[in-house]
Amino acid sequence: MGGLLGCVAALFAASFFGFLPIRRHSATFAVYGACFAISIVLCALSIPAIAAPASSALLPLGLPWLGAHFRLDALAAVFLAIVDLGAAVASFYALGYGTHESEPRRVLPFYPIFLASMNLVILAADAYSFLFAWELMSLTSWALVMSRHREAATARAGFVYLLMASFGTFALLLAFGILAGPDGAFAFDAIQARPLSPAISALVLALVLVGAGSKAGLVPLHVWLPLAHPAAPSHVSALMSGAMTKVAVYAFIRISFDLMGPPAWWWSLPLLLLGGITAAAGVLYALMETDLKRVLAYSTIENIGIIFAALGLALAFKACELNGAAALVLTAALFHAFNHMLFKSGLFFGAGAVIVATGEKDMERLGGLIHRMPISSGAFLIACLAIAALPPFNGFASEWLIFQGVLVSPQLPQMGLKLLVPAIGVLLALSAALAAACFVRAFGMTYLGRARSKAASEAREADRWSLTAMTICAALCLLTGIFPGLVIDALQPAALALVAGHMPAQTANAWLSIVPVSASRSSYNGLMIFGFLGISVWLSAALIHRFASRAVRRAPFWDCGYPGAGPIAQYSATSLAQPLRRVFGSVALGTYEEVEMAPPGDTAPARLRRFIRDPIWDFAYAPLAGGIGWVATLLNHLQYLTIRRYLSFVFTTLVLLLSVLAIWG
Amino acid sequence: MGVIAALLMQFGQMVLVLVLAPAVTGLVRKMKARLQRRVGPPILQPYRDLRRLFGKDVVLADNSSWLFRAAPYVIFAATWVAAALIPTFQTGLLFSWSGDLIAIVALLGLARFFQAAAALDTGTSFGGIGASRELMIASLAEPAMIMITFTVALVAGSTQLSTIAEFMLTTGGLRVSLGLALVALVIVALAENARIPFDNPATHLELTMVHEAMVLEYSGRHLALIELAGSLRLLLYMSLIACIFAPIGLVVGGTGLLVHAGALVAYMLKLTVASLLLATFEMSVAKMRIFRVSDLLGIALMLGLLGTLLLFVSGGM
Repeated sequence: MGGLLGCVAALFAASFFGFLPIRRHSATFAVYGACFAISIVLCALSIPAIAAPASSALLPLGLPWLGAHFRLDALAAVFLAIVDLGAAVASFYALGYGTHESEPRRVLPFYPIFLASMNLVILAADAYSFLFAWELMSLTSWALVMSRHREAATARAGFVYLLMASFGTFALLLAFGILAGPDGAFAFDAIQARPLSPAISALVLALVLVGAGSKAGLVPLHVWLPLAHPAAPSHVSALMSGAMTKVAVYAFIRISFDLMGPPAWWWSLPLLLLGGITAAAGVLYALMETDLKRVLAYSTIENIGIIFAALGLALAFKACELNGAAALVLTAALFHAFNHMLFKSGLFFGAGAVIVATGEKDMERLGGLIHRMPISSGAFLIACLAIAALPPFNGFASEWLIFQGVLVSPQLPQMGLKLLVPAIGVLLALSAALAAACFVRAFGMTYLGRARSKAASEAREADRWSLTAMTICAALCLLTGIFPGLVIDALQPAALALVAGHMPAQTANAWLSIVPVSASRSSYNGLMIFGFLGISVWLSAALIHRFASRAVRRAPFWDCGYPGAGPIAQYSATSLAQPLRRVFGSVALGTYEEVEMAPPGDTAPARLRRFIRDPIWDFAYAPLAGGIGWVATLLNHLQYLTIRRYLSFVFTTLVLLLSVLAIWG
Repeated sequence: MGVIAALLMQFGQMVLVLVLAPAVTGLVRKMKARLQRRVGPPILQPYRDLRRLFGKDVVLADNSSWLFRAAPYVIFAATWVAAALIPTFQTGLLFSWSGDLIAIVALLGLARFFQAAAALDTGTSFGGIGASRELMIASLAEPAMIMITFTVALVAGSTQLSTIAEFMLTTGGLRVSLGLALVALVIVALAENARIPFDNPATHLELTMVHEAMVLEYSGRHLALIELAGSLRLLLYMSLIACIFAPIGLVVGGTGLLVHAGALVAYMLKLTVASLLLATFEMSVAKMRIFRVSDLLGIALMLGLLGTLLLFVSGGM
């Protein structure tokens, strides 16, 4: 515990490197080097803490009558490991990527504080320090988003992010206020001891869903995420998508599984619904987007939806005291959170390398980079396969576990859940299939085909630091996909603490296969599948090269007899998604197309325009913003009153307050 | 002895599906031709085609990358492994527990990912048109397949195909949900194998082709591998339908050469019947417009959901 807090203090200290009057490159190297080293230590300290008994500390900081409580239990250790592993690879990547930054001084001082605040949120064990660290995390990440504030899009992203972040913190503040009760028992162990009435718990659940959900990107609170995550430098984007959304997931688990006491079955309803809708909607948005980093941000929304849906199932199982099943889906959710950190970091690193190499992040102006950036394209491909939930990579292992969780849920007695869970199963299956389509598109448009712009045709491979970081992410995606049992076993202490149940031990299984319930029911062996795939590829290649032909001739591609079709004649990202847009988008996103034909005899080109609306923005945010504007205009009149009017307002308010006190007091 | 026999059996299964696959494709073609009153190519023609393709040089597009050359091997390997995981004549093979039905669906998804990526690699419009349509079809067929998996798994209490087949052999009966799953599975199988009404395996008309557009740039041994993978996929879906809905004749914990020979004959018979049904069906319907395809696949998805829903509400349906 002391070591962890010391490391967090060291992170705060590391931010001073960003202010030192030394050369830009040295400052970059010092900050990211220090962050990498400290994050690795934090990660190494937190992994053994998962299985160790909980430890706590009380520091004389914060409110004088409360102090700052810190506690490290299994759940906190799991999320510390996720966040700090992400922080370590991101810092390592930034050792190379950060040198391409035009104004590094806008990033360097905030970056270590951002890392420290994420750690503090997870370690905090009273409402005050939790909210302080939470707000620090929001503000530093906002500062990092605003590091390129001169771009108009960034300024807007920063504004929307700041609004949503303060709104979320406000909701969490209210939630903790209700949880702490009238005596102001803000320490987590005091909150745990208080029983909640159903009405109060419904209110707290709604507030936590708003507070943590807005940070994680749950639909309909997701609007800031695809604006803010891509606007930051790529290593910060990776951290925001990979680590900060996990901190929000942690906050939700901490409050709903731990602080709120035994759950009721209906708690799971909003979670399942929102999770399923978020998963499907997130990936649909991603499919319509052409900006590479925004595609990744939307896919973060999708994965958060998957995690929340799994958490909803876990709550339902826990409420019905099916502890083994609850442990299964909770493990799946934690595993998926870990996996998402790995592959999403790798993908954002790849996108960052593309931006450094070409200055472009619009997929319509990229293409053909596989020839010029072979290593980073390989790492990006593996991360794409992992996020598309394809075996033998890690994304498949965690989604497979979630599907196994859906398959044990007929045991739930409530009719409402019996009807809802299959529908959520469809949404999850749909989002898995659409994610595969989305990442074929992202990879294909960015790295394959012919270069669609001059910058893309002159790209150069990324620096060695960045390549190493990307390769580490890809290798970990493969390793955790081949040996999922190790991760599952490591997560069991957290499941045991939260839902009082655990999955059977996996490392004892023959051939390291994973068996969530029983061997006759279902099993999956990543190592075996990987081995079979490898042997089949090797065998077929060897046999064909030995006994058949291995000759290769190069020729121009088949142009249908119309030579000279430039790169513009290729399928673009927009046209690749056109059938999907017609099938899904017209219902979910209100997309439509307009064809403008020139009149006969005119030589003007025909034009096709596509329109995409975000129904949530149209129907929820735009009216809300309009309403606030309208109220503000009304209130504006209050500025120009006489002093007598103001005095009478003061008097009326006083009388009102006193009468309220007289009635209630 | 036990382990060696089990290994041999597993190896035999892998070789069996590989050897049989082109014959099934040939059989379907032959039957279709006979139904159209043509003589048709001999059943063994696909083997000759493969031998010819394997012997030829590969003509690569100038701007194709390593992914284009590696993809056929990955597509073939993923399809082969998936096909080998399905019980054809015996359940509970040595390695059958290494992947369940969900893993089989995902392995086919892996093959499709590489197929679509390779189609985009040369940067031609044909590759793009094929990939784009394939992704649209897959994005509905794959969830439908997962829902079918759920339905079957809820009935049999397992996603493991061996257990499902054993359950169907012993305690399986007529159920509403299984009927729905069968219809949905047939629709998905037609879509995944690029058969009429989704795609026409015999066309090269740009308005209609899906799968052929994706492999247009392939030649020589690469094309041979992709063709072989296509045949394997057809065999895979036939074996899958047979194993779940007609498991009669499967050897459970087998003993004796005669039992296995009987099981093999039963398997061949099932494949023949399935080929006949497929050929007759393809003869009697027309190809759909590409944007009508989503309606049919949507029906499959809904049927899968309905089956799962019935089982959630009442275990006996």
